[in-house]
Amino acid sequence: MTADPPTAGAPADPPTAGAPADQQAADPPAAGPPRDVIDVVLGFARTLRHAGVPAGPDRVQAMLAALGHLDVLDPNQVYWAGRLTLCADPEDLDRYDAAFALYFGGRRPVRGRAAAEPPAVLRPAAFEPDAGAGEDQETEDRPSFAVHASRHEILRHKDVTALSPAERAQLQRLFALLAPRPSGRRSLRYTRAPRGRVDLERTVRRMLSRGGEPAELLRRRRRHKPRRLVLLVDVSGSMAPYADWLLRFGHAAVRSAPLNTEVFTLGTRLTRVTRELRLRDPDRALAAAGRAVPDWRGGTRLGDTLKAFTDRWGQRGVARGAVLVVCSDGWERGDPAELGVQLARLARLAHAVVWVNPHKGKDGFAPVTGGMVAALPHIDSLVAGHSFAALTELVEVIADA
Amino acid sequence: MASADTFDPAALGPTDIGRALEATGYLPDEGLSTAAFLALRMHRPLFLEGDAGVGKTSLAQALAEVLGAELVRLQCYEGIDAAQALYDWDFPRQVLHLRAAETAVRADPGAAAGTDAAELERSLYDRRFLIARPILRALEHSPSVLLIDEIDRADDEFEAFLLEVLADNAVTIPELGTIRAATPPLVVLTSNRTREVHDALKRRCLYHWVAHPSYEREVAILRRRLPEVSERLAREVAAAVRRMRDADLLKPPGVAESIDWAQALHLLGADTLDADRAAATLGAVLKYQEDAVRIRDTVLAELAG
Repeated sequence: MTADPPTAGAPADPPTAGAPADQQAADPPAAGPPRDVIDVVLGFARTLRHAGVPAGPDRVQAMLAALGHLDVLDPNQVYWAGRLTLCADPEDLDRYDAAFALYFGGRRPVRGRAAAEPPAVLRPAAFEPDAGAGEDQETEDRPSFAVHASRHEILRHKDVTALSPAERAQLQRLFALLAPRPSGRRSLRYTRAPRGRVDLERTVRRMLSRGGEPAELLRRRRRHKPRRLVLLVDVSGSMAPYADWLLRFGHAAVRSAPLNTEVFTLGTRLTRVTRELRLRDPDRALAAAGRAVPDWRGGTRLGDTLKAFTDRWGQRGVARGAVLVVCSDGWERGDPAELGVQLARLARLAHAVVWVNPHKGKDGFAPVTGGMVAALPHIDSLVAGHSFAALTELVEVIADA
Repeated sequence: MASADTFDPAALGPTDIGRALEATGYLPDEGLSTAAFLALRMHRPLFLEGDAGVGKTSLAQALAEVLGAELVRLQCYEGIDAAQALYDWDFPRQVLHLRAAETAVRADPGAAAGTDAAELERSLYDRRFLIARPILRALEHSPSVLLIDEIDRADDEFEAFLLEVLADNAVTIPELGTIRAATPPLVVLTSNRTREVHDALKRRCLYHWVAHPSYEREVAILRRRLPEVSERLAREVAAAVRRMRDADLLKPPGVAESIDWAQALHLLGADTLDADRAAATLGAVLKYQEDAVRIRDTVLAELAG
């Protein structure tokens, strides 16, 4: 939601259903819609912002301009005027439809969106009540972050800022030092260089500026472009003690290469948190991410969420040639075979697949969970990521991938 | 129905644009014709997103035909820059020009006294040495439809540059001056969502998600594009493709694929969709082996009875 102040002149009370039908719309288009229409549209924009579509003031203005060219009395035209100007993302469309139906009295224009619905929304899995049991065992052998994890936080919408012990604070500051960045690859573009092939364009341009005298040969070489880094962090109940730290790691990655990093959370559903993690302050970024993720400490459906990721993002380009890091313990509620199939797809798309399993840092670890067994054939390296030292190691693995 | 020569979008409504598009063989739904209408009236770029093969690019072609305008296409790719999108100087010809002037002076020193260095330099940066790339061409030729295809493939920096050009509808060339469009071109941007396009760019556009057409519309599109295909085959192909889209495939087929498929079936002499021919031509509609296997077991198995 945009942080715009309440627009001047916004109506105090939202208009009743069917309000636009009562408005007069006799003005010529050049004069813009009449005042009443503006009120109705402002109220609608507010409803829409509540529904989670970031319809800022400029978009609302665009809708008013569009209505100036259309018939405000025709619900279909009002629907399209709003949809074309206020939405900016396929995910906005369902919210828009719901808000439109709610605000304008339940009439939903007929339209042909047969199979283009966003990929199926996954059903929430059963809540895991035993999140605390695993932590107890972890505390015995080794000082891990699980020790500090507050057991009172079983709220699904976890507030990650509500953590205070001094050690945590200290470690959190250390995270600012992490700068995960994949190595580069040769790009199609050139850059000037002292050695290399002759840069014909620049040489000739230089020649022209000197009146056509061939003075010197300028050279160029291929530029290097950093690979994309994609982090998929499991935030289900069994990963709860680590998810916070792994997202902090994600924040460090996003901060170090904002345009080349994508972070998603996995659980019962897929959530993209890249945008939230772009906030400079780690605590605020994590709080924003915590609000965006609806399935903190829920169940795990790795196969299904990975499929959602590959269908919606990975195959379209996000995973292509990228370094893909999956952070999960491999506890899979669904069918592990599906996880294997999806990882195989991702392995074909990505440059390298790294699996981070916090339990790997423990003595006697063997990748025996159903998900891990299914995943093993398709991953390039398996790292621990349970301590700060392990995460530094992960940075190196990413850089060498 | 509006004829292509005298089409004036400002005088008409969304339905008229829809009808004019239909006359060119492109069958839009209500949202798409409203989007096209508003893009023309509000002089805003049209930002189209949707699955591959739903007709984003063909809309621009149809619009160009409706408006009787030239279609200028800028295909984006990783690493595209201003020199490839806007303009470039034709260096070899400039050098040739210099050499020619030099030879002329050498041959006849007296005659060359009039042409001083400044004038020579001016003549070097003449419009005729400028190579117009797509954006400049769209600005110079009006009316025109500028199709910026697959903007998501270009780099972020390119978007910022594009914003600048779209805001002014003008290009400033330091050596030559500003070139402004007499009438701003209708700009159509398409994206396949391989990456998120910057909000600043989207904000200036009308956003439309192009969906797969409804069954009836798809039949109509097939009939229009392939008049030689029998009505029954068109209906059966549309129905089968519709089931494929619901089957949760890696790459659900778009309209382009169903047209290809119907054509392939027709070329094999089919009047109706039967399991054998469908299996033989499945490559026209499904592009992944996994998808083909899955459909063979479900949709095609049912066809076979």
